[in-house]
Amino acid sequence: MASQSTALQHHFENAEQQKDASTIGMWVFLVTEIMFFGGLFLAYMVYRQAYPAAFASASNKTDLWLGAANTTVLICSSLTMALAVHYASIGKKNLIVLFLVLTLLLGGTFLGVKSVEYHDKWVHHEIPGANFECEGCADAQHASLFFACYFGMTGLHATHMIIGIFIILYLIVKARKGDYGPEWHTPVEMFGLYWHFVDIVWIFLFPLLYLIDRSGGLKG
Amino acid sequence: MADHTHHIVPKRVYFAVFTALIVLTWVTAWISTVDLGRMNLVVALSIAVFKASLVVLFFMHIAYATKLTKMIVFSGIYWLILLLFITMEDIWTRGWMGVPGR
Amino acid sequence: MITAPSPVLTKKNYLNEAHSLKSWLLTKDHKRIGILYLISVTFFFMLGGLYAAMIRLELMTPAGDLLESNTYNKVFTMHGVLMVFLFLIPSIPAVLGNFLLPLMIGAKDVAFPRLNLLSYYVYLAGGLFIFTSLILGGVDTGWTFYTPFSTSYSNGYVLTTGLGIFIAGFSSILTGLNFIVTIHRMRAPGLTWFRLPLFVWAHYATSMIQILGTPVVAVTLFLVVLERGLHIGFFDPAYGGDPVLFQHMFWFYSHPAVYIMILPSMGVVSEIISTFSSKKPFGYTFIAFSSLAIAVFGFLVWGHHLYVASQSVYAGMVFSILTYIVAIPSAIKIFNWLATMYKGSVRITTPMLYAFGFMGLFTIGGLTGLFLASIGLDVHLTDTYFVVAHFHYVMVGGAIMGFLGGIHFWWPKITGRMYPEGWSKLSAIMVFCGFNLTFFPQFLVGYMGMPRRYHVYPPEFQVFNVLSTAGAGLLGVGYFVPFIYLLWSLKYGKLAGDNPWGATGLEWKTSSPPIHQNFEVTPVVTQEAYTYTTEEVAHIG
Repeated sequence: MASQSTALQHHFENAEQQKDASTIGMWVFLVTEIMFFGGLFLAYMVYRQAYPAAFASASNKTDLWLGAANTTVLICSSLTMALAVHYASIGKKNLIVLFLVLTLLLGGTFLGVKSVEYHDKWVHHEIPGANFECEGCADAQHASLFFACYFGMTGLHATHMIIGIFIILYLIVKARKGDYGPEWHTPVEMFGLYWHFVDIVWIFLFPLLYLIDRSGGLKG
Repeated sequence: MADHTHHIVPKRVYFAVFTALIVLTWVTAWISTVDLGRMNLVVALSIAVFKASLVVLFFMHIAYATKLTKMIVFSGIYWLILLLFITMEDIWTRGWMGVPGR
Repeated sequence: MITAPSPVLTKKNYLNEAHSLKSWLLTKDHKRIGILYLISVTFFFMLGGLYAAMIRLELMTPAGDLLESNTYNKVFTMHGVLMVFLFLIPSIPAVLGNFLLPLMIGAKDVAFPRLNLLSYYVYLAGGLFIFTSLILGGVDTGWTFYTPFSTSYSNGYVLTTGLGIFIAGFSSILTGLNFIVTIHRMRAPGLTWFRLPLFVWAHYATSMIQILGTPVVAVTLFLVVLERGLHIGFFDPAYGGDPVLFQHMFWFYSHPAVYIMILPSMGVVSEIISTFSSKKPFGYTFIAFSSLAIAVFGFLVWGHHLYVASQSVYAGMVFSILTYIVAIPSAIKIFNWLATMYKGSVRITTPMLYAFGFMGLFTIGGLTGLFLASIGLDVHLTDTYFVVAHFHYVMVGGAIMGFLGGIHFWWPKITGRMYPEGWSKLSAIMVFCGFNLTFFPQFLVGYMGMPRRYHVYPPEFQVFNVLSTAGAGLLGVGYFVPFIYLLWSLKYGKLAGDNPWGATGLEWKTSSPPIHQNFEVTPVVTQEAYTYTTEEVAHIG
């Protein structure tokens, strides 16, 4: 049963062209996302270069275990997403739904852990602004820049996750109706690209934000 | 042209990539606690780049994609590098003249 | 066929197939979206023009007697913000590009029609934010929003304006994304890359910049908004933040943004020159690739805005050399256009007058850009009226000349009717003369040391400013006359027919105005672009 949304839109010649257009369009969109995050990475790079000691000691304030665990959660969600796309392409309706739900739960877990971490920063006054403190930080005056980067980057990342979670909900509803099959599952596939992209951003954020000078070599 | 869009990646590829990603995550977390001096950053970023490449190539199917899609990905990365390093070219060369702020 | 049949209006076309307001506001037809954009950018252009008029009136006298200093700051800021973000950037791509791109490549629509409509409303939302802050009292930072003034000291509505630009940026990104995919995937059978009209190449290059640059300025302005709202200290020297970093991030987009304005204009000029010389453009591949070269090299030169902003001297030298390099692809275009006209059968029509104007003014704008690219001279000229004159020669003399030329050139296709020839030529000449009278004196007074963004100046500069204001008056009339006669022509203009100019593009092969589906049958292309045959020549009245 082809639902309405699987129909070829009037301005395309064939399904092949329509699918190709979506794929290219999604990748071009991801390129804009790279540049969007790029601005923040640039700021991080400039400030870490300028204030290495502040960045090292402020980074040690983050929770290495929570960070590593959360990275694991996110990688798991990437796997479940890849499998959801896989089952969409061979038309296993129940498995698509199952793996989308798993992706949703893992994404939710990630955000839950993230909010625990944010709360922890809040309690310790480690949020840049008038009440900022960084107990025991070397170069505490500039440590606020680390946390500005931290909140800017993880905040933007979390925003992408939240948007993603709304899209998964939509996909789950559609998948339950049986909209996606081997013939047409472009939305699942395109969303998969988005979700993996968000994962990649985190793959870089984890070492850049959590893993600076864990050995204490800079202090010594 | 029609091949790539219907290419179905075997599941074992996904599981292999997944295992590598998990292992590397804990490796990078562990190695950060070892004092390697400046190499800590290099190692951490190399691992991150490698992990990201795995995701792009296999989870995101770029290994099986058309030349055009590969070009688009490449240009995105290339422009990010332009943004980062041309700006750093200013930051890194400040102070060479011995005039404050120059 | 010697005499062309007398033109008739297409019975059923995109304009009259449905009349309800909803059919316009919720349309997914790229042609109607182009018209919606045309109406909106015209509105913002007039608003921005109003601010320009206030600036010029104030500057007639050396004393600051018409506007208070604070008001003057807001006036030139709003002029810049409206003109750059709400007029120049969307002008040609979103209006002419939207309308023509699918027609030129023989497609029924752009790749993502719904996204296209969304991008229009995103643009409107951004415009609404900026318009609201303007009503509330405006913003006084200059269109560049330099920190820490914008984040810590300004009393204006930086938050709403910044958010407005942030939002409008996404409209630009979506348009660029749509065009890239459209050009890659929607071309008619047989339409290979090197059979594409040069207008399409120019838009491809433009879209590249929109996609790669706009996100960076979006995130930059977002950080400014965050810093101003929450005091996170991103660019604040008090926390060790680097205001020069802001300038790097801002100009990474905002310098290439100039090429978002000028490249589509160059595409328009390529079409006009070829058509009215009835000759294949000289060096087609060179013009095509120079568009891409401008887009790529345009990304490597942003540091020339930072020569005096404590950027390192060594970085300045690199940026200076790279800036000189951008002149090469720009010059290639000018030379190729001249060579196209050589021994062509040149017809002096209104679009051709605008194209001539473009070439002259852009050449001056470009060459004075080289003055500013040299570090030593730039130290003297930074923030003087020389800079103001330079970028108006490029952005107004270049981009708006191309926009008006394009509007006139494709008006018969868009509306099915001709504009009045006499009036349009008169106004094209008025625009050219008025423009030069406005901005040429600014080169002189700037070189003599008059700084920009001040409304009080020494009396010896007055003569130049009076000349400039007089020119602005003429320019204003020159812009207003087309507005009147183009509206007039909607009802009373002569019927145009499918191909009034004897042009070659696919857009001229369909009816005027085009039908909703663009073409009765998908065209198959068998020859290169700009192959002028007796059939085209027969169209020339």
